[in-house]
Amino acid sequence: MSTERQGILASYDHLDATVEAIEALRADGFEEITAFAPFPEHHIEKALGYGASPVRLFTLVGGLTGAATGFAFTIFTATDWPLVTGGKPILSIPAYVVIAFEMTILFGVLATVIGVFWNMRVPSLKTDVVYDPNFSAGKFGVYVTATEDHLVAARKILEAGGPSRIEEDALGRSHG
Amino acid sequence: MAGLTDQERGAQTHPDVKAYDEVNTDVLRMLTPPGKLWWFLFGLSVAGVGLLLFSWGNQIINGIGMSGLNSPVGWGVYITTFVFWVGIAHSGTLISAILFLFRAKWRQSIYRAAEAMTVFAVMTAGLFPLIHLGRVWHAYWLFPYPNERMLWPNFRSPLVWDVFAVTTYFTVSSLFFLLGLVPDIAAARDQAKPGTLRKRLYTLVSFGWRGTDRQWHHFGKAYLYLAALATPLVLSVHSVVSWDFAMSIVPGWHATIFAPYFVAGAIFSGVAMVITILVPIRKWFGLENYLTTKHFDAMAKLCLLTGLIVFYAYLTEFFMAWYSGEDPERRAFWNRLFGTYWWATWIMLICNGFIPVLLWFKRVRYSIPALFVISIFINIGMWFERFVIIVTSLSHEYMPFAWGTYRPSPTEMGIMVGSFAWFFFWFLLFVRLLPPVAIAEIKEVLPPPMRRGAHGGATR
Repeated sequence: MSTERQGILASYDHLDATVEAIEALRADGFEEITAFAPFPEHHIEKALGYGASPVRLFTLVGGLTGAATGFAFTIFTATDWPLVTGGKPILSIPAYVVIAFEMTILFGVLATVIGVFWNMRVPSLKTDVVYDPNFSAGKFGVYVTATEDHLVAARKILEAGGPSRIEEDALGRSHG
Repeated sequence: MAGLTDQERGAQTHPDVKAYDEVNTDVLRMLTPPGKLWWFLFGLSVAGVGLLLFSWGNQIINGIGMSGLNSPVGWGVYITTFVFWVGIAHSGTLISAILFLFRAKWRQSIYRAAEAMTVFAVMTAGLFPLIHLGRVWHAYWLFPYPNERMLWPNFRSPLVWDVFAVTTYFTVSSLFFLLGLVPDIAAARDQAKPGTLRKRLYTLVSFGWRGTDRQWHHFGKAYLYLAALATPLVLSVHSVVSWDFAMSIVPGWHATIFAPYFVAGAIFSGVAMVITILVPIRKWFGLENYLTTKHFDAMAKLCLLTGLIVFYAYLTEFFMAWYSGEDPERRAFWNRLFGTYWWATWIMLICNGFIPVLLWFKRVRYSIPALFVISIFINIGMWFERFVIIVTSLSHEYMPFAWGTYRPSPTEMGIMVGSFAWFFFWFLLFVRLLPPVAIAEIKEVLPPPMRRGAHGGATR
């Protein structure tokens, strides 16, 4: 009885086979599943039970920080040295809306990009992962890790879908 | 079109693309070593960049007097070309972000090239404020920091808004472009020969992307949020550019319609530029299956719509000048039509107002050569529009003794021509180094391969 996790990677030509393999694995109690696809596939996400992405929090917080920074910055600089130009009020809020607006977008986007890379666990340049280069071309993949004694059952489920390729991963560290 | 799934709608725009790996083969073929034509065009654009650097160097050494700018026309070809390039940039974001939010499935195969165009057009536009400064070594004065007496920039000034708008736009459009590229660079990485420089380069910039469910999940969401942020941004950027003019009291500039008028003009010129660029790309790389006449039809309709808005804005300007009863305003617009620069105004009116009328005809919208020619007229017309707005207005302000004329110098013309070379220099590198058609996104609208009942897979 080994507790070491090992993995199996199966490549499929067909979307329905992939989704069925994921559903069968989950029904059998396997939870450490990673699916591969050449594009964002909603059936796969549904089969894996995805909810909302935390990236949206990054976007919201970034945007609000930007708006606050934009207003704070313009108001601070105007009051730091009050200088009347063009007969306008020292605090020309409508004019500052433009700056605050641009800062909202800028900070929101920067936070989203940081958030998405953080959540995708990218960049990751691990070299000891199993991967099929055909995933970016057109194949789908299912990768599952389990303890050695459960792996036989997992393999049986994966093979039921008629995979074009099966690869074993002794390290079991290829989840992404 | 209600009741159709994304795949069915996608299949309608490119019916001849069937399999996933076919997309990879067709798109990645563009990244193979270039032929003679590419080297010729690349050489031409390098020479043009040389002209740009020579002309600019001349101006840096001998001073801003090398340009034709003088009182009263202090803004000329530089600002004209700046607004032109910022405008060109806008359609890229329109296609990649706004059409994404509207779920217009025909954007899939054109958006990558349009987005690249955006980034390179902003890079080109960004040169012009620096060139126009004259003393470019003081360019860092544009950044918001206090001077030695702790006086900060004046945030009531539209020129400061412009710095914020354009730098934000450049940052956002670059990040949007680069994030969208990651899965496709991974596809290029997976097909590159092991051990080559390309393989190593693509491995590095694809950041270890493997197309896992986690990656796609967050990627898709982030893409949506970026599109939602880029949409108001693109509308704001050209509004801010238009306020550079509209916030002043120059007759011909001081108008409330300027923001929507400029945004419509930007999209009009930008979509025309996308057509101008995509027609040769489609031909040289044999992408007829991906860039179908349906795509060009859709872009032509966008051109027609925005062109009508622009022409309506022209008429409104003339009407308001007459209706306002303001003598300087009336004279400024009379001067536009019949004064020193009458020819520029008529080029603008014919190219932007009358030639796009042809797009009402379906036969024209489905004819690639006709669209190519029309798009070039629109590009010319939109450059002249900015020239007309800037130069005729400044040359004919309130006081008759302060009226004057302006003639662009060879230095200015060299820089203007060079800016096109600079733009195409980057674009030519792009089509050979990065996947110019979005590989992953096209697959989203292809029918997925099913083991049984190939038809059933199209439902979501």
